[in-house]
Amino acid sequence: MSVELQEVREHMGRHAPFDTLSDELLDEVASNIEVAYFKAGTDIHHYGQTISELCYIRQGAVDVYRRNGELYSRRGEGEIFGQFSLLRDNLVRFPSQAIEDTLLYYIPAEVFRRLCEEDDNFADFVELERPRLEATVDKYRRNNDMMITRVRKLVTRRPVMIEASASVQQAAQRMREENVTSALIYEASTSVDESQARYTFTDSQGRAWTLIGILTDVDFRNRVLAAGLAGNLPVIDIVSRPPRTIQSDESIHEAMLCMLRNNIHHLPVLHRRYPVGVLHLSDIVRYETNSSLYLVNNIFSQPSAKGLAQLSTDVRAAFVRMVSDGADSRMIGSALSTIGRSFTRRLLELAEEELGPPPVPYCFMALGSMARNEQVIVSDQDNALVLDDRFDAERHDDYFAALAQRVSDGLAACGYAYCKGNIMATNPRWRQPLSVWKRYFSEWIARPDPQALLDSSIFFDLDAVHGEETFVEQLQDLVAEQASQSPRFLAAMARNALNRKPPLGFFRGFVMENTGEHKNSINLKRRGTAPMVDLIRVHALACRSRAQNSFARLDDIAQTQLLPEGSGERIRYALEFISMVRIRHQALDIEEERDPDNNVEPENVSSEERHNLKDAFLVLSNAQKFLGFRYPMPRSR
Amino acid sequence: MLSFRLDNSQQRSWPDYLAERAAVAHDPRLQRFFSTGCPAPDTPIGEAPLLALDMETTGLDANRHAIVSIGLVPFTLQRITPGASRYWVLKPPRPLTESSIAYHHITHSEIDRAPDLSDIAEELLEAMAGRLIVAHYYRLERSFLDSAFEARLGEGLRFPMLDTMVLEAKRYRHSWRARLASWVGKPQASIRLQDSRDRYGLPAYTSHHALTDALATAELLQAQIAYHHSPQTPIGSLWV
Repeated sequence: MSVELQEVREHMGRHAPFDTLSDELLDEVASNIEVAYFKAGTDIHHYGQTISELCYIRQGAVDVYRRNGELYSRRGEGEIFGQFSLLRDNLVRFPSQAIEDTLLYYIPAEVFRRLCEEDDNFADFVELERPRLEATVDKYRRNNDMMITRVRKLVTRRPVMIEASASVQQAAQRMREENVTSALIYEASTSVDESQARYTFTDSQGRAWTLIGILTDVDFRNRVLAAGLAGNLPVIDIVSRPPRTIQSDESIHEAMLCMLRNNIHHLPVLHRRYPVGVLHLSDIVRYETNSSLYLVNNIFSQPSAKGLAQLSTDVRAAFVRMVSDGADSRMIGSALSTIGRSFTRRLLELAEEELGPPPVPYCFMALGSMARNEQVIVSDQDNALVLDDRFDAERHDDYFAALAQRVSDGLAACGYAYCKGNIMATNPRWRQPLSVWKRYFSEWIARPDPQALLDSSIFFDLDAVHGEETFVEQLQDLVAEQASQSPRFLAAMARNALNRKPPLGFFRGFVMENTGEHKNSINLKRRGTAPMVDLIRVHALACRSRAQNSFARLDDIAQTQLLPEGSGERIRYALEFISMVRIRHQALDIEEERDPDNNVEPENVSSEERHNLKDAFLVLSNAQKFLGFRYPMPRSR
Repeated sequence: MLSFRLDNSQQRSWPDYLAERAAVAHDPRLQRFFSTGCPAPDTPIGEAPLLALDMETTGLDANRHAIVSIGLVPFTLQRITPGASRYWVLKPPRPLTESSIAYHHITHSEIDRAPDLSDIAEELLEAMAGRLIVAHYYRLERSFLDSAFEARLGEGLRFPMLDTMVLEAKRYRHSWRARLASWVGKPQASIRLQDSRDRYGLPAYTSHHALTDALATAELLQAQIAYHHSPQTPIGSLWV
């Protein structure tokens, strides 16, 4: 290959999706490119023009527009455009313009097609929105299935190995030096004894050894001192054998069963037949302590609000653990919501113990993310009290005000910040009998005022946490019945759902806004998950869904004709992807001992994540456009 | 000090010159080249077939030094096609000095196996015929090709050329603005290949090689026309 093409090849080989091409395919691309220069401000593609090449930006920057002139994307060095046309009918739908002096490489359509056919990664990369996102989310899920946590994850050090000929004292000294409570005993493998074959392994020098057994602290007590033996005894005489072992790719659950069954505390871990570590029962206990199940149990056994507050670090640990175990956003959201509900419930129990039984029945109601089972680690408390209609403010409100205060303060101590909009049961307006709540909802729905609804859209995610669950169920029924019948209400909710728009994507080290503006970071909740949840809620209300979780709502919406074919699936993948990026960044914040938040800086977003996020933002943006069109404001009477 | 002023005596009638040469040429290869001629002077630059040419030499004096490599990259104002480029390493009549070896990244063994210019003359002339040749600092290419052909075939080789360095000098050395700037003591703008490319946002190439420089020259011409001229500009107003 000639020198100037090597320059071309070298540049392309550093940028996705060319960076993962085989050498042969990359050579083919470089040998077939053509070059053209565009002065800043010159058009590259016009709308409706026929093209037969993919464009690669060698230097400079290019803006890609929608037909209506809206900015669609800004591409920089090493990025491509034009693939959408090539994948369809070669007609340009997104015109483009050089915004800096730009040097382009053109890749002929035949070469582009060959790349799509022969390289799956390339094909995934250039496919539109859904397939790429889908592929990523599915890949993540497949990994998750395989990641039933394996024993090797708990092995933190190599085993201490002692030859069988050593004396008991030498063994004890070695274990003291290494600061371990167990050692593996081995000897040179001599005979080809079939029964020993499973304990035979070969070291790096090619010598064969046999694992004889394991020596633990307890053996020194029970088999040496208690038996009155001396330290010069060969270690082989006191070893427990044959050893019980476990393979490194077995599940932790299996290891635990093995220990319980055999009543042992130490379990040698083998990779095939090579010893790679020793698992101690305490390793498993420590690991299980971080599980959310254990945490929930622990919450209900806390005797005081103070004790609960101390569990908040455990919540973070459980969250990080779920993320590293590969749980998806729905699993994490539901686990964290369960934890949040458990805190709330336990705080209510404790408050009732102190204040006495409630004078009238009540239901403590969760709103927003907890009601949707979509809590993450950064969460405000949004709640309310629905009281029995026999409630008499004069006589009973002191009790419920105190109850609400205790719960709210307790939650704040556990890491759930007070709601800035004061949507909490401590606010008398949100501590009302069922009939008043019914009136609230009927008012919102019958006389929708977008401005007023802006503050109350959170009430349309509602669920019972504790007490008379039927109270909240009645409200859910009311919403499902009335909302779908009020086009004005749906239109107002839809309008509000369009307030927060996603950015376009990323450009160099910045977040690209639709206006062409650059920002240093992006709030993935405000600009991603929240607007997505908002628009799903509108469709869910329109189809009388009683589901609160966004994914469950999408299931209900899928039973109707509300959304165009395939659109619901796209939204599902996009929501999952944005949620997971947000969750992973929060887990990273915790691991690196920063306060987790919803902001993500472009430099912390991998190139693959960038492309997928951009696709997800596009899905959101298109779904928002459809929403505005689907629920127009009816003409006023 | 080199001067980059246009040589007006030759600009007057390149087609006439080529026609005369075609009529008197003895060597059939040169005869074919000259009779193919060049695009007419009123051809818009946007429609002319172009060919970027760069060569490396053992020195700057065409009478004492020799050509060691030639790179050609065909292009138009719209597209450059590096895949169709041509490249030859040539064996100079005089042996290479050590210093020029280091500069050119061409080794003795490559040179030893290389052909003489006369062996590739046919291919070279065929590749150039009918195209407008583009170089950065045409005087070097023109004088070396002319004397090398003269020495081998007894007939020289001259043809119209577009010089990106001349275009750059017109803008940044000889314009009234540039003269004014230099008169008030501002340093002159550099018109070396990469310095010129920087002004148009063109990337820096790592290697110095006849082919990379030919590609770099082609890109530079596209940029210069985009900035200072138009695709309608007749080539006769630009060539030297």
